[in-house]
Amino acid sequence: MRKLDGNFVLLVTLIVVLLTIGGFLSGGTYLSLFNLQSMANQVPELGLLAIGVMLAMCAGNGGIDLSGIAMANMAGVASGLFALQFFPVDEAPVAFTITFILGCAVVGLIGGTLNGLIISRLGITPILCTLGTQMFFTGVTVVLSDGRAVRIGAPGPLYELGNGYVFGIPWSFMLFIVTATILGVVLRYTPYGVKLMMTGANQKAAKFSGFARARIVTVTYALSGLLAGLSGAIIAARNVNVKWDYGTTYLLIAILIAVMAGVKPDGGYGRVINVVLSAIILQLMSSLLNFIGLSNFVRDLAWGALLLFFLFVNRFALVEHFADLLSSRRSPHAPKP
Amino acid sequence: MTMVQDMPDTSIPTPHESPRPTIGALFRRRPELVSLAILIAICVIVASINPAFLQPSSLIDMGRASVVTGLFALGVFAILAAGGIDVSFPAIAALTMYSATLFVINVWPTAPMALVVVSTVVGGAALGALNGWMVHTLKVPSLIVTVGTQYLFRGILLAFIGTVWLMELPPQMIAFGKAPLLEFQSGNGVTVTLPMYFLVFPAAALLTWFMFNKTLMGRAIFATGGNADVAERLGYNQRIVHIFVFAFTGALAGMAGIIHVCANRMANPFDLMGIEIEVIAAVVLGGARITGGTGTVFGTITGVLLITVVNNSLVLVGIPSTWQRVVVGAFILLAAAFFVKRSHKS
Repeated sequence: MRKLDGNFVLLVTLIVVLLTIGGFLSGGTYLSLFNLQSMANQVPELGLLAIGVMLAMCAGNGGIDLSGIAMANMAGVASGLFALQFFPVDEAPVAFTITFILGCAVVGLIGGTLNGLIISRLGITPILCTLGTQMFFTGVTVVLSDGRAVRIGAPGPLYELGNGYVFGIPWSFMLFIVTATILGVVLRYTPYGVKLMMTGANQKAAKFSGFARARIVTVTYALSGLLAGLSGAIIAARNVNVKWDYGTTYLLIAILIAVMAGVKPDGGYGRVINVVLSAIILQLMSSLLNFIGLSNFVRDLAWGALLLFFLFVNRFALVEHFADLLSSRRSPHAPKP
Repeated sequence: MTMVQDMPDTSIPTPHESPRPTIGALFRRRPELVSLAILIAICVIVASINPAFLQPSSLIDMGRASVVTGLFALGVFAILAAGGIDVSFPAIAALTMYSATLFVINVWPTAPMALVVVSTVVGGAALGALNGWMVHTLKVPSLIVTVGTQYLFRGILLAFIGTVWLMELPPQMIAFGKAPLLEFQSGNGVTVTLPMYFLVFPAAALLTWFMFNKTLMGRAIFATGGNADVAERLGYNQRIVHIFVFAFTGALAGMAGIIHVCANRMANPFDLMGIEIEVIAAVVLGGARITGGTGTVFGTITGVLLITVVNNSLVLVGIPSTWQRVVVGAFILLAAAFFVKRSHKS
């Protein structure tokens, strides 16, 4: 094990604390299998978007992906309309599902690559580029669907993906964990991952080291788009309908998850496992607020306040102080970060 | 040495530019002229396809529609010039306008209109100052901070202040929204009115122009946007610059909010959501670079008119309104690409 990751410890502690509080407040129903399953079912669509935001932030140079949820909706609508044309939902559910999911991934990949190319080749700042593509993708979705919801229907396999379980664990959650694991390994052990973090940490050093910066940035945004596409597939599987204005608060929440996970908005640092834990925490809190019976408006307020709070925590390195305290007790020779 | 190398070559015209001023060089130096050319081209095309575009009623409609966007855009321009970005101003506008209207209706129905306007402006400035203070203290991209405060402000409004539409405005607010500046009969006998509040837009533009071109604060904002480290070494207090520029935007947003209420004759707490992208688009179309240090008030006004014309003329030329977002999104990307290319060349 490398140095003790303070963020990781904090996030795990938070999960335990939230589960305990929830258990007490609800008299146990919060910890029932049904509730845990339904919470796990809601994590993936947001978690995938948050990992996308994390990747963009890691690339540095003001990196951020604001087009995530717009891309997810576009993927769901475009791929849904495409698959509906070729496969009747009721007659060929398997073919429909496979086409639909692959379609979502392809649309996401294309959209993400577009983002990446605009940012890396044209040199437009990521904020402006993804702001523009956010509006553009939303517009394309509106045009394709004529502003109405598109009914994907509930063919067997797709319904299973959105609502089914394997060994008591929702399929979508499994898919999320598998995707996150693959990405985590890629970021940590492949040259691409190492170069991505180094580029984000120091643009100039990366340039003089001969990194193909443009390619790294393009791949990063393409990956973010792919994740958004998958998120779109899961949204469609869970909701039966897809619509252009689904999840208007997801952009804030995805950024919140990434910041809570300790991802540096300036680039160069972020861990997938922390983002996964952070997404789980957000879901736990969301359900908890639901249990207490607070309105959606209070929840939005809480997310905004929480984002600012974690920016404060990261700014003054409160977690690192805490971790230093812990690790200096455990092993006095642990290398300083 | 390194210090000098780090400084981006911002506005100093290099002596070995082309000897006689070509159109290209002029456009490179004054990017807002490109937006103006596009604006005129669009107006000519739309007018030739559908002459209804040039009717006084539709022109005045656009003038009215440009006021709120324009006030927002002037604020965003100031923040962009300082090298930041703000997405919380619609929430500031919604919070101040709704609270002020609610207060006037329930507590003090005879409150003078001037006081109402002043209170929203001051309230907006205070919320903006909070933004600025946090951006300065937290040292993170202002986009992320203002995404947070956007939900904070909107959440405070909807969770604690109110969610119902206020349809019965007090008489002085309705009078403010209706007071005519210009009034005449259009061809089909309908009275067309350009309201008095339209004047607020040019007045605010003039104020912004004055601030940027005639005061030290304007210099400080451009310097900060060009290179924050250098500006700090030059002795510009970064904390004051940040708080001032965000408060300025907040004040304009408060003003825009109360005008929005009076013009629509109701206060809807869910209004103005999502307008931020369009406003940022307008400012960028006006030639302000999102990385800061550049831009003009004239360009910003051009950008606002461009967005307003595009929004209002799509239907006139037979493009379905569902295409509006595609067009505006494409405009943002094209404008950004164009201006980036320009800065690489010069």
